[in-house]
Amino acid sequence: MAQLTYREAVAAGMAQEMRRDPNVVFLGEDVAAAGGVFKATVGLFEEFGPKRVRDTPISEQAIIGAAMGAAMTGLRPIAEIMFSDFFATCWDIVANQIAKTRYMTDGQCTLPLVIRSGNGGGARFGAQHSQAVENWAMAIPGLKVVAPSQAADVKGLLAASIRDPDPVLFFEQKSLYATKGDVPEGEHVVPLGQANVLREGSDVTIVALALMVPRALEAAETLQQEHGISASVVDPRTLVPLDTQTILEQVSKTGRLVTVEENPRLCGWGAEIASIVAEELFWDLDGPIVRITTPHIPLAAANNLEDAMLPSADKIVARVRELVD
Amino acid sequence: MNPAATARSLQAALSPDTRLKLFTSMLECRALEKRAYDLFMQNLIKGTSHLALGQEAVAAGFGLAMRADDYTFCTYRGHNHTYVRGVSMTSILGELMGNTAGLMRGKGGSMHLTSVEHGVMGSYAIIGAHMPIAAGAAWSAQYRGTEQVAVCFFGDGTTNIGAFHEALNFAVIWKLPVVFVCENNLYMEYTSIYDVTAVEHPAADRASAYGLEPVLIDGNDVDEVYTTAMRAIELARRGGGPSLIEAETYRHGGHSRADPGKYRPDEEVQAWLAKDPIPMYRQRLLDLGTELATIEQIETETAAKIDAATEEARKAPPPDLELAEKDVWADGGSAWRN
Repeated sequence: MAQLTYREAVAAGMAQEMRRDPNVVFLGEDVAAAGGVFKATVGLFEEFGPKRVRDTPISEQAIIGAAMGAAMTGLRPIAEIMFSDFFATCWDIVANQIAKTRYMTDGQCTLPLVIRSGNGGGARFGAQHSQAVENWAMAIPGLKVVAPSQAADVKGLLAASIRDPDPVLFFEQKSLYATKGDVPEGEHVVPLGQANVLREGSDVTIVALALMVPRALEAAETLQQEHGISASVVDPRTLVPLDTQTILEQVSKTGRLVTVEENPRLCGWGAEIASIVAEELFWDLDGPIVRITTPHIPLAAANNLEDAMLPSADKIVARVRELVD
Repeated sequence: MNPAATARSLQAALSPDTRLKLFTSMLECRALEKRAYDLFMQNLIKGTSHLALGQEAVAAGFGLAMRADDYTFCTYRGHNHTYVRGVSMTSILGELMGNTAGLMRGKGGSMHLTSVEHGVMGSYAIIGAHMPIAAGAAWSAQYRGTEQVAVCFFGDGTTNIGAFHEALNFAVIWKLPVVFVCENNLYMEYTSIYDVTAVEHPAADRASAYGLEPVLIDGNDVDEVYTTAMRAIELARRGGGPSLIEAETYRHGGHSRADPGKYRPDEEVQAWLAKDPIPMYRQRLLDLGTELATIEQIETETAAKIDAATEEARKAPPPDLELAEKDVWADGGSAWRN
């Protein structure tokens, strides 16, 4: 095990796969010599050189289009969209072209590509550089959606995403880049579609993603220590494919479900999970399903405004207490 | 020698065999598109279709100039560009009719013809989207060192969308083996391209902004298209980077099935019908000494070929319903949860 930051785990996962497969290439804005604006790809240019690690112009359609064309013809590209908000500038290529092409061509085209992107809030960047947009991707058939919460998963899920034969959108939560965790030093691959049960409890299941995971864990600890409420915490890690079995098992055991989502309220990923649980476990539930989300607003930049809007450990504790007490 | 003079000397040197191939290819494209139109009128093809009647010279010229493993990227007006890569008439008509004879067994339809085994990497129905994708295929060829070239066709309307400009800049800075071909048929959908574009020649006049030579050709003269294609493809194959070609042409019909094309002045339509690439080329072949019997034989064979293909395509059954939930993913399925 090595102690790596979340951002170092990005480079570690990419390097692992680039050493393994010469067809893995990487392109994006300021990703090569500069090592990325979040310094998540430092060292790749030095190790793999300018043929495999390439800076692009500020042309998101060209970046993603090029990745698609390369993936259709034998390469396994990794493209970076600097901030996930910028997906809006190339969403046609993501949602209409990449997502649909295998289907429309009756399986003739295979698109093994990964689009990595800095996602989510907490960094005071304001409304156009702070959104959590996993649910945009989740709504499109043909895209796999990954959003890790800890360094080991960053490396392992990124490796699995690069090896996957289908297009994967890989969301890196910007506020987690500096967090540290134990990461296996040798080859490390975490399969897509396996949720991680981080804490086993008996009163309530909290399903949280990315930045919400450490907050859910903190809340679970407080609930246990101060209120005698025992919570399971489940990190789905990938939204598509979604490990519903693990979530259903936990909820059937605890009888209660709380989702903690960074996205604005409407059509967040938790709504889909709530709907599945309501349909399939309704008679096992001991109370209403609760969704804790950012309100249905764009995010503000000021410290106190942004903090007040994102789900916090305190908010999770309060809502869970209302539900269980 | 200046490029125009080079092109003229290349054209003069074309062999009779090459010319007959170009003629046959145009004739077959014409037969295919006319048949597609007829089948629409008989309600055997649903949805929409965007025919390239009148634009056959561009498809035929480029099709013959491409190597078997080169990549074609088409727009939704892509029947001809698909056909000239060696795809059968039956599989194109079958796809238009939405049945199992089709290239994609009806999952794509008229606007998405694709045949990877023939290098047809897709027909794209969102304006401009395929230009950066073609650049990506060219990047892949460059990276793998295969000397393949990507050829990307698009209409005049595409020159005003962002992806056009992003793709051109990108292809030039990475010196990618891609040939961008604007088929300027003078109209976007209902609106004249000249009413909505800042320059006279929508593609050629933009070339210099990307450090490219402006190339403006008669898209109805198949010899000129073919020799221009040969030069641009060869340049790309040798590592000389991308080209942007504007071929002026005209669609004989409207934009799509729903459009009778009434917004176009009669005189304009008549003038372009007089420049129909097929009769024009037929006369050139006769002038150059091709026997009338040879031409008539090609015409007879083409008519028989399209009839046989139509018959075969019409007989095919519709796809099984289970196909609707296949191939979202590479494992062949569409599951998103366990």
